[in-house]
Amino acid sequence: MNNIFVYCEIEEGHVAEVSQELMTKGRTLANELKCNLDALVIGHKLDGVEKEIFPYGVDTVYLADDKRLYPFSTLPHTSIIVKLFEEQKPQIALMGASSVGRDLGPRVSSALHSGLTADCTSLVIGDHFDKKQNKNYENLLYQIRPAFGGNIIATIINPDCRPQMATVREGVMKKEILDPKYKGKVVKLDVANYVSDADFAVEIIERHMEKSKVNMKAAPIVVAGGYGMGSKENFQLLFDLAEVLGGEVGASRAAIDAGYAEHERQVGQTGVTVRPKLYIACGISGQIQHRAGMEESAQIIAINTDPEAPINSIADYVITGDVVDIIPKMIKYYKKNTK
Amino acid sequence: MKALKIIVLAKQVPDTRNVGKDAMKADGTINRAALPAIFNPEDLNALEQALRVKDQFPGSTVTILTMGPGRAAEIIREGMFRGADGGILLTDRAFAGSDTLATSYAISRALKKVKDYDLIIAGRQAIDGDTAQVGPQVAEKLGLPQITYVEEVQKIEKGKIFLKRRLERGVEVVSCPLPMVMTVNGSAADCRARNAKMIMKYKHAKTVTELQNSNEDYLHLYNDRPYLNIPEWTISDIEVDHAELGLSGSPTKVKTVENVVLQAKEAKIISSADTDIDDLMHELIENHTIG
Repeated sequence: MNNIFVYCEIEEGHVAEVSQELMTKGRTLANELKCNLDALVIGHKLDGVEKEIFPYGVDTVYLADDKRLYPFSTLPHTSIIVKLFEEQKPQIALMGASSVGRDLGPRVSSALHSGLTADCTSLVIGDHFDKKQNKNYENLLYQIRPAFGGNIIATIINPDCRPQMATVREGVMKKEILDPKYKGKVVKLDVANYVSDADFAVEIIERHMEKSKVNMKAAPIVVAGGYGMGSKENFQLLFDLAEVLGGEVGASRAAIDAGYAEHERQVGQTGVTVRPKLYIACGISGQIQHRAGMEESAQIIAINTDPEAPINSIADYVITGDVVDIIPKMIKYYKKNTK
Repeated sequence: MKALKIIVLAKQVPDTRNVGKDAMKADGTINRAALPAIFNPEDLNALEQALRVKDQFPGSTVTILTMGPGRAAEIIREGMFRGADGGILLTDRAFAGSDTLATSYAISRALKKVKDYDLIIAGRQAIDGDTAQVGPQVAEKLGLPQITYVEEVQKIEKGKIFLKRRLERGVEVVSCPLPMVMTVNGSAADCRARNAKMIMKYKHAKTVTELQNSNEDYLHLYNDRPYLNIPEWTISDIEVDHAELGLSGSPTKVKTVENVVLQAKEAKIISSADTDIDDLMHELIENHTIG
């Protein structure tokens, strides 16, 4: 049986969070398909990186180590993946839906003429019967994702082309160590056989990897605002509430498009997925692509002037009214009740 | 630096970000046909970067290439009103059902026919699919380098373009030899507004099909002012392998589509009165949600 491959992104010498999540998912899928799980790491100074990878149940780690391969650049990484996949013929290949995976994935899929589904929210194994050809396909990867602005959920399959490729955002899949002592093998690739000089036409001149200041995923409480906040000034109220509650501030895409908050605060399908203990949605109507990023929150409070707002349908508490009036009250009564 | 030939890849998309009540069906799902068709937002960011390069290198041209149904010519005109020199509509029933790979194949074939270009600029992704795949796939099919997530063109010199990219945790500046493909992020500069003179100049610009379907009184205009003719290409105008187009050329198939229905769930309804908020905060502290 052909293997499952996970492309491991490297961040500051370590395997990125999203890649760890994908290896966890990859292991589950591999068990179901009774095949091996392999990982590919491309970068520089990768000695020992396999120790971070095997515990997820990876059977073979392929390493492409060369100083020209870090930081990430599209062309050489594409060449290595394409050639390795031509040799190994994986049935499934997973990548993070990060700025790396979303840059690399389509190029690789085009070179291999294989199908790629971006930003999947769920990956499941299943069969498919093609009525036109009267042909049954077994054990396909169902790539499930919202589309059309989140108004539909589509299940995508690649019946005939391999590998079946999918990208998944960080935080969508759970990360879980299978066995800290899991033993796989390491295969070091001879990089010169995989890349050409032409692959290095793009030069990285400058790079400041500013650490993301915002860490919504780690926050037990997320106070998020939408377009309904009305202004950047009103949005400041959310920071006040988040500060007293010990939370982080998030935003819907509409709020970010309106300039109320910076991009890294975006919660939703095309932003960050959060599962806090408490999610307070302020002036957020609750389109599905936003909900995709927060509906697994343990508790949800929705504050909205519109009693019919879609967000209310998934909320545990619905407060109908003006956020500008309600948030200061929440701060006031929080302080009162904790004293 | 000589004048540059710039192609902007753009798409007309349903405005999925503004789903009003009009676009909702009785069962709570969306009526896709009822959404207004707009110029894909990030393609406008792409157009702005193209126009800035044109401003900097006089004599440069900006051509919008779009694939879609006949009415997608609207966005070519929209682009011309904002400063593009013209456009090409790639339209054929054979394209129906194309996934990103079949789409990028068709677009790359059209670009092979265009032949002469220095820069191909696309928006990062379209709001109907949010896949961000067509740009990189077109680059691969043309054998050109790609730079994604571009926020700004910094300079072009000695056959190289210098670009600032916006990534999750910071920025990156890269140089890339021309010709190349870039995709532009929504965080880039907004597109300039329509220009009144350009509207006057181009308002009658039409594709052949549009012209045939209109009761145009000034047909001679289209001979006198060739820039009013928007080229319309079908598969007979480009060199293609038919098997690579449409559904048959698409490795990915849609198995099922589930319309999202916003389901009701029992929720506690709270008023904005002080006592209600007081009780709520008390309850949340009591059950250890906060505090």
